[in-house]
Amino acid sequence: MAKLDSKVPEGPIAEKWTNYKAHQNLVNPANKRKVDIIVVGTGLAGGAAAASLGELGFNVKVFCIQDSPRRAHSIAAQGGINAAKNYPNDGDSVYRLFYDTVKGGDYRAREANVYRLAEVSNNIIDQCVAQGVPFAREYGGLLDNRSFGGALVSRTFYARGQTGQQLLLGAYSALSKEIKKGSVELFTRREMLDIVKIDGKARGIIVRNLVTGELERHGAHAVLLGTGGYGNVFFLSTNAMTSNGGAAWRAYKRGAFFANPSFVQIHPTCIPVHGDYQSKLTLMSESLRNDGRIWVPKKKEDAQKIQKGELRPTQIAEEDRDYYLERRYPAFGNLVPRDVASRAAKERCDAGHGVGNTGLAVYLDFKDAIERLGRNVIEARYGNLFQMYEKIVDENPYETPMMIYPAIHYTMGGTWVDYELQSTIPGLFVGGEANFSDHGANRLGASALMQGLSDGYFVLPYTMQNYLADQITVPHFSTDGPEFEQTEKEVQERIDKLFAVNGDETVDSFHKRLGHIMWDNVGMARNKEGLEKAITEIQQLRKEFWQRVKVPGEKTGMNVELEKALRVADFLEQGELMALDALTRNESSGGHFREEYQTKEGEALRDDKNFTHVAAWEYMGDDKPAKLHKEPLVYENIEVKQRNYKTA
Amino acid sequence: MDLKLKIWRQQGPDAQGKFVEYLVQNISSDASFLEMMDILNEELVAKGEEPVAFDHDCREGICGMCSLYINGRPHGPDTAITTCQLHMRKFKDGETVVIEPWRAKPFPVIKDLMVDRSAFDEIIQAGGYVSVNTGGVPDANAIPIKKENADLAMDAAACIGCGACVAACKNASAMLFVSAKVSQFALLPQGRVEANNRVENMVAKMDVLGFGNCTNTYACEAVCPKEISITNIARMNREFFVAKIS
Repeated sequence: MAKLDSKVPEGPIAEKWTNYKAHQNLVNPANKRKVDIIVVGTGLAGGAAAASLGELGFNVKVFCIQDSPRRAHSIAAQGGINAAKNYPNDGDSVYRLFYDTVKGGDYRAREANVYRLAEVSNNIIDQCVAQGVPFAREYGGLLDNRSFGGALVSRTFYARGQTGQQLLLGAYSALSKEIKKGSVELFTRREMLDIVKIDGKARGIIVRNLVTGELERHGAHAVLLGTGGYGNVFFLSTNAMTSNGGAAWRAYKRGAFFANPSFVQIHPTCIPVHGDYQSKLTLMSESLRNDGRIWVPKKKEDAQKIQKGELRPTQIAEEDRDYYLERRYPAFGNLVPRDVASRAAKERCDAGHGVGNTGLAVYLDFKDAIERLGRNVIEARYGNLFQMYEKIVDENPYETPMMIYPAIHYTMGGTWVDYELQSTIPGLFVGGEANFSDHGANRLGASALMQGLSDGYFVLPYTMQNYLADQITVPHFSTDGPEFEQTEKEVQERIDKLFAVNGDETVDSFHKRLGHIMWDNVGMARNKEGLEKAITEIQQLRKEFWQRVKVPGEKTGMNVELEKALRVADFLEQGELMALDALTRNESSGGHFREEYQTKEGEALRDDKNFTHVAAWEYMGDDKPAKLHKEPLVYENIEVKQRNYKTA
Repeated sequence: MDLKLKIWRQQGPDAQGKFVEYLVQNISSDASFLEMMDILNEELVAKGEEPVAFDHDCREGICGMCSLYINGRPHGPDTAITTCQLHMRKFKDGETVVIEPWRAKPFPVIKDLMVDRSAFDEIIQAGGYVSVNTGGVPDANAIPIKKENADLAMDAAACIGCGACVAACKNASAMLFVSAKVSQFALLPQGRVEANNRVENMVAKMDVLGFGNCTNTYACEAVCPKEISITNIARMNREFFVAKIS
């Protein structure tokens, strides 16, 4: 059986990446144009990698599911991007960013990858400024920083509340430059439905043209997935509607191991659920926790009156408010990491102190900040977020505290990759949220943008070249070969099978039912009994799906219901693996909270002796259980201890 | 609330389109406009009919994918938002709501309410970037930039490329979109190096693609979900003039 080789280079941690680059294989400029690369996804990882590989001279084909590469969901990231620049002179360093990220991830990330991430973080900011990204600046003309959860320094660069948008548009502009030059060919409104392997190596993909409905074959010397996470397994999440884990799931079914599927991030500051017709949840940036204070009523009677609409939050006296994060975690206060903040909100609501008409909300209050800084300053910092909130909830957050509740936001788990970001399928690389690598069991705020761009601009253009160096004599691939033929046939059969069901229940209805099972049992708090129940229920639901799902319309031409059905069919398999992974990991770590494993104070209790490893799952066939492989995590540069956000 | 919807249905780019009427009932005023469309589509699918095709993705007003011309106005009857942020509390019980695609020659209909906006990508490809490659760039703080200019550049850069400006304009002009990108770079030292070529190439591309000219009706600014200012068009005209005489 394949052994997991992380390929971490030798040497002290601070020299590993430098050593790797000094000794890696390169492709000479004249040979680069003989090599084809497929990039799926145009978010920060995919977009940045496609542009950078094109600049180097490779032939790149890039695919996106939307009508333009500028719309990938990276665009929705709000708060900022971390870097160890130490511009504010407040004690930051590459080591400290590395340390905070490993600690924030609850000691379940690979040290060498995280160190490299911290190391290249500064290059990202330089690159983006050179591209014309309009980061926030001070009056002296230099870049401004703010603080984010899980750090004691201000290392977050931002562009108002639209940092993801501006960084993505930077990558999109670099990509547009390469498209104009002809080094990158763009394919929009395409969804990847399978990976084509030849002699065990990834050599192409099958995509569905979402406008014509045709299946297309594309071949290349290597394939890169930058296809994002699988948060939409839960139906309701902050992800975009088309965000799906399908590409990574198809890679899994072709032999790429899937790592830590149960590590899902539940973001503490989202607008609470308001009705069963709701299609998605909206995030309110973590940056709001810089100035907003989180509280619930101290007295249950007050909470109940608020729930019934008999009392307004502004009528609760100061001494009757419980600023529970400041109370429980004095050192970090409202800026504890996301998993800690989410669980604390759930704990208060479960104890009957929640607000809103469902009792499933807490307050995020700007009263003190507005008094201290003035409304203008708060408006300049968060104006667009306040406006977004008001449009959705119909309340003015300058006057009434915002209501927030945790929601599914990001997946730390993903395709297992080695130090080169290569999966267990040779030639298949995975970047950004789609891989599992850098965030362990919990991602810190403003680190997703950092990782996406690090992978895309500064890691993959090197490591893919190392792989491609001995491929220069391999001719361009014809897509007429038997492997392409067979894979396309299998995709077509999957589509035919969906139409053949001709049942009576809509795709969305199944998706919602799956979402309920996931949220109730594989969400913020998990236990053995619930996870076992979830596995049985998902298996049952999957069976029902294949007997009763209704997919109207034609196989050819545009068919949105078919697109959704293909994704939900994958989610119905993926959800089971997530539950299985959560059931197998008998400890609590980061976003994975098993109720059986907690300290007396209700904090996550890790089991380092038995679970300091990456759980990488191998697909063994539709009817067989997935096989677990463990990559041990070795900490040589950071002392592993219980996370403490109570004292500095 | 109950609503009567008049929705534009069109099988494909070359097919003849027409309005079709639908009734939706018991819609919560807290639902978003696109959630109301989801409810309609669920009902259509349950009846075995084909759902209405429309573009959408992030559903929080930032990706620029959603469109829809609602009661004669791009993104509907509210200001400074996209269709996905529009909520049903802006409509009255019993109201008739007319829903059309963006209508502009450079944005052909793909199906129903979905249009092809790849012309915008082509304009960006004509010069909407700074020609720097990855790596080898100076430190981010090497060139100080006046805060006022950085803020103005950010105001312009906030454009989400949705195309509402084109849909609102009687000339189907893309000047607000193009000028936002031209302005962002014109205001920053990193963008100045190629300023002349950029504005000439982007304007030329815009003309070739069939977008009309600006006749100062300000309709674009009025419907822009990100409130991109018309002053960007003035800046672009200045940049264009300077490029032509230099």
